Amino acid sequence: MSHPEQERLRVVLYEGPGSQRLASEERLETMTALLEGGYGVTRPRPGGRVSPEDESTVVMLGRFGETPPAESPAEEGRPAVLVRDIANQASMAVLEQVEAARDGAGLPAPGKWTPWFPVVDYDRCTNCMQCLTFCLFDVYGVDKEGQIQVSNEDKCKTSCPACSRVCPEVAILFPKYKKGPINGAEVKKEDVQSESMKVDISALLGGDLYASLRDRQDTARKRFSTERDESRALLERKRCLAELKETLDIPDEVLMTLPSAGDIEERARRAKEKAEKRRARSKTVQDETQRVPSQDEWGI
Amino acid sequence: MSRAEGQKTRSIVYCHCAYAKVIDPEVKQKVLEGLCASEVAFEAVPDLCEMSARKDPAIARLSATSDLEIAACFPRAVRWLFHAAQHPLPEKVTIHNMREETADEIVARLTGASREQEQELSS
Ligand code: SF4
Ligand code: SF4
Repeated sequence: MSHPEQERLRVVLYEGPGSQRLASEERLETMTALLEGGYGVTRPRPGGRVSPEDESTVVMLGRFGETPPAESPAEEGRPAVLVRDIANQASMAVLEQVEAARDGAGLPAPGKWTPWFPVVDYDRCTNCMQCLTFCLFDVYGVDKEGQIQVSNEDKCKTSCPACSRVCPEVAILFPKYKKGPINGAEVKKEDVQSESMKVDISALLGGDLYASLRDRQDTARKRFSTERDESRALLERKRCLAELKETLDIPDEVLMTLPSAGDIEERARRAKEKAEKRRARSKTVQDETQRVPSQDEWGI
Repeated sequence: MSRAEGQKTRSIVYCHCAYAKVIDPEVKQKVLEGLCASEVAFEAVPDLCEMSARKDPAIARLSATSDLEIAACFPRAVRWLFHAAQHPLPEKVTIHNMREETADEIVARLTGASREQEQELSS
């Protein structure tokens, strides 16, 4: 399921009037500890600009000494403000204070999941649904307008960029992938060509992967049967899989569950049908709402 | 006039890319170091990817900020991550790519522009 908008903590490192400044190395250490712990940090400066206040609970960190500013509860659209003194505290102790404040506010802990998921570049996407039909893990879905969308980010298999290889438009990104254009690097003409070649590979990956494995195994078996060395046939199979895995960068778990070419076509057909129905439904609703009411309906 | 006063027109965001090693740790560290050593106001976020998937309210907050300058990765990835979180970035955004540019270049742009503006303002 897609993640609902969750309330999070906003950590502010305050070094203005009433709070002693941190040395730049201390600031760096504190920020790094918080970031590694999954917390963002806002550093306001006089005359500088940061993003506006919202309803996220604020934890204001500072070296306040004797007279820390007063805390305030959430009221009328303004966030609750918690104040934590970090005087004489090492970076890890600051992180612990923030963790405790988050716990106390009943907010979720950050960083429990490796953020690996596809991101669609809608400037390129033609809504062909190949990604949806290819992925067996329900990562993709369609929105109310029948447009492809990533619906279940956390169902995506970490480090698997397989769907980006079936996209004929090179419209699927994995920002944490090592190579371009999948990592978000600009798409070049050659990329489109080479990526579309990979569509053929993906078709091959369907039913034909197993056929090609069988062929190679048979050839190997014939060759090896004379040698009576079955373990070499097994090695050959492993090598073939490893080769595919390396070329396409697809983890075993995904490789073994890839749909057949027939499955892909069938799912594509069904997804398109579903999207059409949704589009038709939303058009009917629009037509209904745009219809000029009759005199009877106006009560004239 | 302080150096930070020259930053009135920009909001700086630094992405720490905490949950993967896609950005050279040395580059990340140097950019953050440069920001911490400067007088500019900024926001450091742990991982824009995670925030996008989680629909973190900070994404909405950041996209509502005008004249953003973001130090993260490829601009195309950053733009569509915000879009995926249902808070597309405004047109006027500068994205510095820590995967390709050097830390010195990025720090100079993030903190240097405010220096130039400061000089302009004080002249
Ligand atoms: S395969 Fe690519 S072009 Fe087709 S719907 Fe998916 S993202 Fe869009
Ligand atoms: S947006 Fe780029 S730099 Fe930031 S977390 Fe994602 S991949 Fe890393």
